[in-house]
Amino acid sequence: MKASLSLRAGLLSVLLLILLVGIWHLSTATSPVSGRPAVSGAVDAEYAALMGNGPAAATDKKVDGFPTPLQFLHVAADKLADPFYDHGPNDKGVGIQLAHSLGRVALGYLIALAVAVPLGFVIGMSPLMYRALDPFIQVLKPISPLAWMPIALYTIKDSSVSGIFVIFICSIWPMLINTAFGVAGVRKDWLNVARTLEVSPLRKAFQVILPAAAPTIITGMRISMGIAWLVIVAAEMLIGGTGIGYFVWNEWNNLSLANVIFAVLLIGLVGMFLDLMFAQLQKKVTYAE
Amino acid sequence: MKNDTLYRPYSADVNLNGCSCGQHATQNEHNADEIRARQLRGGDPEALSGDFIEAAAVRALFPEDATRRRFLRAVGASTAIAAIASVLPISDLQAAALDKPGPLEKKDLKIGFIPINCATPLIMADPMGFYKQQGLNVTLHKTAGWALVRDHMLNGELDASHFLAPMPLAIAMGLGSSPQPMRVATIQNVNGQAITLALKHKDNRDPRNWKGFKFAIPFEFSMHNFLLRYYLAEHGLDPDRDVQLRVTPPAEMIANLRAGNIDGFLGPDPFNQRAVYDQIGFIHILSKDIWNGHPCCSFGTSKGFIDKNPNTFAALYRAVLNAAAMARKPESRADIAKAIAAPNYLNQPETVIFQALSGRFADGLGNVRNEPDRADFDPVPWYSMATWMLTQMKRWGYVKGEVNYRALAEQVFLLTDARRLMKELGQPVAEQRIHAGYRKFSVMGREFDPARPEPYINGFAIKRT
Repeated sequence: MKASLSLRAGLLSVLLLILLVGIWHLSTATSPVSGRPAVSGAVDAEYAALMGNGPAAATDKKVDGFPTPLQFLHVAADKLADPFYDHGPNDKGVGIQLAHSLGRVALGYLIALAVAVPLGFVIGMSPLMYRALDPFIQVLKPISPLAWMPIALYTIKDSSVSGIFVIFICSIWPMLINTAFGVAGVRKDWLNVARTLEVSPLRKAFQVILPAAAPTIITGMRISMGIAWLVIVAAEMLIGGTGIGYFVWNEWNNLSLANVIFAVLLIGLVGMFLDLMFAQLQKKVTYAE
Repeated sequence: MKNDTLYRPYSADVNLNGCSCGQHATQNEHNADEIRARQLRGGDPEALSGDFIEAAAVRALFPEDATRRRFLRAVGASTAIAAIASVLPISDLQAAALDKPGPLEKKDLKIGFIPINCATPLIMADPMGFYKQQGLNVTLHKTAGWALVRDHMLNGELDASHFLAPMPLAIAMGLGSSPQPMRVATIQNVNGQAITLALKHKDNRDPRNWKGFKFAIPFEFSMHNFLLRYYLAEHGLDPDRDVQLRVTPPAEMIANLRAGNIDGFLGPDPFNQRAVYDQIGFIHILSKDIWNGHPCCSFGTSKGFIDKNPNTFAALYRAVLNAAAMARKPESRADIAKAIAAPNYLNQPETVIFQALSGRFADGLGNVRNEPDRADFDPVPWYSMATWMLTQMKRWGYVKGEVNYRALAEQVFLLTDARRLMKELGQPVAEQRIHAGYRKFSVMGREFDPARPEPYINGFAIKRT
């Protein structure tokens, strides 16, 4: 029964995909014909050539507006065939761009992790700290990552580090709050047992509280990773240079929607992959009470 | 007794068996040789300049020649040279006077640009080797917007950058940023912009009917903004009340035009041509129809960078001037379009760039137009250009109160350096008789006299002052 459910779900997904691509195909197949009213008047050969419609331009594959699924596949195949080329500082393959983005995310995220988990422990174990720091957390948490950008650029004076800072500042909150929440919510019985056994505070933290709070902490980490990946694309569109966000911006500058769509799908896939990693981790630390 | 005879046999200083150095048969030959050597040395401008400075410096130290001679006799020449060198850096003075290009202080440079045709000279200088020729290793950094160019220049991430021509003036005055002294080394391009309208307005070409239109401009402190405002105001529209002006990055101008969010834009090429190419707009007028020869973008850096790296700055200056000289030649435009169309630089179809550069273009209404002066790359940063920009900043209320037009223009625009370097490079330097760097020009038929900026502003019917 369970197998058949997942089979049916899979089938439905495939059907939906076909449906979506079909709609895409139908809605884009007609647009190029309707899109050239300007030429219909005095069509002379030079004008057509200048507009990219001449006989010479036929090989140049001019794409106006939204690409068809076929055009998109063509672009995607092109990009995937050589993902690691490097034609100067402003033109690198998608593989290199993704690596840059992942590197930034990893760095900002790890710093956030290193700050959030110990701090969350302190906040979770001390009601005083919890109350004292709560207003700060509540105010800083909802700030949009891009709102930090001008401040970061101005004070840090380095766009690459600013990007990492923005990742840090945005991914710290879910981890901090979840850690504090998980640590504060450890069952009193277990803490009492630890106390009766006269366990040292360090041992108590690592062998009682940490395993008990781990599922909540990992959930926080998973949310943070999602946010970090969301933020990096936006941040890189702003700071430019390298990264998948810059790639999107650069292709948008060229109005090349096929490339933009390709990058968007890639961003989605990588995001999914990152999330799956944390899902696996979460499975490992979950326990039944 | 007689010391004026030819060989002076009674003089203690003379060697009768030859000359005093022993390499000549007679003292006479020795003297003649010395004179010849001195004449030869005088013919060499470097040596002459060095010797002159040395003599002048020593004369300044010893105003009375008798004192100097007594001093030399007392301590000996070599001791004197060493003693004077310890207090007076004569060799440095000699080098400074020669203005010999010294070693480059910084070879690896990061230069910012916005991917538009305006930046042609500084972009093409990379693939075409003009930076390499000057011994510079330049990384061109494509930047996402003008505000970011400003921020990256202020925080020192970029060594130099492509600017909109009014930006360095605005930054120097602290408009829209913290004030920092910026310098305009060269104008990057003149003309080369256009007013593009959505196709639906192709029968509505009279600006008087444009009330309620929404226009996009790339930045507030841009010639685009000032020219569009000027153009609208000359047709009786108040740009602040009758139309809406939105600051929009060029690529988004096209998308917004397609979506119908804006009616048109005064934007940089290649995006005007791109709107035509993508069949969403047509070219209403070229910016040269507003002011033929108007500056648009500039190449500049901070005063701090110039002070710290004078030789590097001079080398960079030469590279960009050389590139501009090549870009001015119509026959080289095809190669340039090819070089800058690459994804690393403009990332645009080559034909679009070439149409905008060559001036033979499709106008979006079914005509092929031929306007050879659609785009040009005259690098001379005239003070009067800066003055005009300042008058427009004041006219539209970006600057309040007194503006010291002359001081700002002459501080920010490096006209003297541009002229000197162009002369050194053997480029035709603009007419020498305009020594002051101010020349009159007219914008839409209205004469601008840079000597009288305030009456000029007061002469406009629509203004914010």
